Amino acid sequence: MEKTEILIIGGGPAGLEAAIHAAGLGAEVTLIERDPFLGGQLTKQTHMFFGSYEQFAGVRGVDIAEKLKKEIEENPKIKVLLNAAVAGIYPDGVVTVSQKNKFLKFKPNRIIVATGAYEKMLPFPNNDLPGICGAGGVQTLMNLYGVLPGQEIVMVGAGNIGLIVSYQLLQAGAKIKAILEASPNIGGYLVHAAKIRRMGVPILTSHSVKEAYGKDFVEGVVVHQLDEKWAPVPGTEERMSCDVLCLAVGLSPLSEILWQAGCEMKWIPELGGHVAVRDEDLLTTVSGLYIAGDVAGVEEASAAMVEGKLAGMAAAESLGYSVEGLLEKKDSARSELAELRAGHSGDKIRGGIDRVERLTRGKVTC
Amino acid sequence: MRLDEHPILTFQRGKEVSFTHDGKEMRGFEGEPIAVALHAAGVKVLSHSLVKHRPRGFFCAIGNCSSCLMTVNEMPNVRTCTEPLVEGMRVETQEGRGSLLGKD
Ligand SMILES: Cc1cc2nc3c(=O)[nH]c(=O)nc-3n(C[C@H](O)[C@H](O)[C@H](O)COP(=O)(O)OP(=O)(O)OC[C@H]3O[C@@H](n4cnc5c(N)ncnc54)[C@H](O)[C@@H]3O)c2cc1C
Ligand code: FES
Repeated sequence: MEKTEILIIGGGPAGLEAAIHAAGLGAEVTLIERDPFLGGQLTKQTHMFFGSYEQFAGVRGVDIAEKLKKEIEENPKIKVLLNAAVAGIYPDGVVTVSQKNKFLKFKPNRIIVATGAYEKMLPFPNNDLPGICGAGGVQTLMNLYGVLPGQEIVMVGAGNIGLIVSYQLLQAGAKIKAILEASPNIGGYLVHAAKIRRMGVPILTSHSVKEAYGKDFVEGVVVHQLDEKWAPVPGTEERMSCDVLCLAVGLSPLSEILWQAGCEMKWIPELGGHVAVRDEDLLTTVSGLYIAGDVAGVEEASAAMVEGKLAGMAAAESLGYSVEGLLEKKDSARSELAELRAGHSGDKIRGGIDRVERLTRGKVTC
Repeated sequence: MRLDEHPILTFQRGKEVSFTHDGKEMRGFEGEPIAVALHAAGVKVLSHSLVKHRPRGFFCAIGNCSSCLMTVNEMPNVRTCTEPLVEGMRVETQEGRGSLLGKD
């Protein structure tokens, strides 16, 4: 049985920040990552970051990952295990980890789950054909390993991820036949959309996939128009050939471990699916188990990093560690989150969080 | 198709290695996921579904969805989208659930 004070599951931006801040208070941390490298989704983000996080807007995601990785490597209080996947959390607080052919058991004092999210699927006939894949999957092939997934691509989803991955595909030399968007409006930032339109890619709003066709792999899709209630308009079907159909239709929290640990979960569509009930320190209903990042509710890397920071400090604090001005630091992280979620674009996220956050300090109502 | 030039990225590839796919000799780069090497070589079908035997390719490419399970060096159910390629690997399209004894 291995011992550690704080075990962090997932080495994306949330887990990295959590490790840095928990260790910053003096706690001894073990960070478990199933990939052979740290950075999570950031390792594929070659674009200048959107988001309002003053330190990071305009920096490429890959560069943020490098900076955080360096801080982790230089910190003697943080032990990193790569190629290691957490398999389960047991009622006696034991966490099992499989690393290559080794099977490890940990008994940590605190756990922070920062496992991120998985990509959503769309229901339509033949949606299981090879060549139909998630936007993150396309990015992995193209941006991490330099393999273009196909030559002629149809993208589904004109949110930020759909637009950015389309742009990256164009940059890498692929042809985008069209971007389909079921809603009547483009969801992502209009600067991105305008750039892609100028490169000659049609963005078809109120359109979706009726079905895919192909024998051993996707050879094309039948596209149709939707009315204002998202019902198909008969007679608008059109065939479009492609060798990759890329789905960028949202993410859902990767929360199996939280279910297994017995956290109280709630269905909050605004946060991407089932998420754990938590307090303002990101502590779940299971004693000593914290959450941070996309698994706590799908947002952006900037919010994931601030949540990581907060959960890391809170977990270390609960073990008796402290630094000067800790309360202010935690409060300032909370106001950073409030700022990131401010305004019209944050309405949904704020509404979702209000329904899963149990305030232990009481809500200020006047 | 492999990208050799990219406006932003440079790719650090491992040394070139050979492996087999269903007995056929193939080449890829050490350390890249098996599914990536196969895709670069034009192989899109990685497995077949259990009941209807429909073809399956990668979907998530980060080890979440199990769409890419293959038999590697006689070990079934290897997630090839994350498993690094090693010289001499024997990669096979898996039929059925796979068994540790080599047969279903
Ligand atoms: C195409 C795309 C573009 C984006 N662009 C932006 C942008 O411009 N600006 C922005 O702010 N955000 C952007 N985002 C969102 C951002 O990447 C995510 O919000 C952020 O990465 C979430 O961080 P995380 O640490 O919660 O999760 P992740 O980055 O997903 O990291 C989770 C980590 O946990 C590991 N893990 C999971 N399960 C286990 C397990 N059982 N055991 C061990 N390890 C495990 C995973 O391997 C992974 O490394 C983008 C996302 C995508 C897909
Ligand atoms: S493609 Fe999803 S697990 Fe490999």
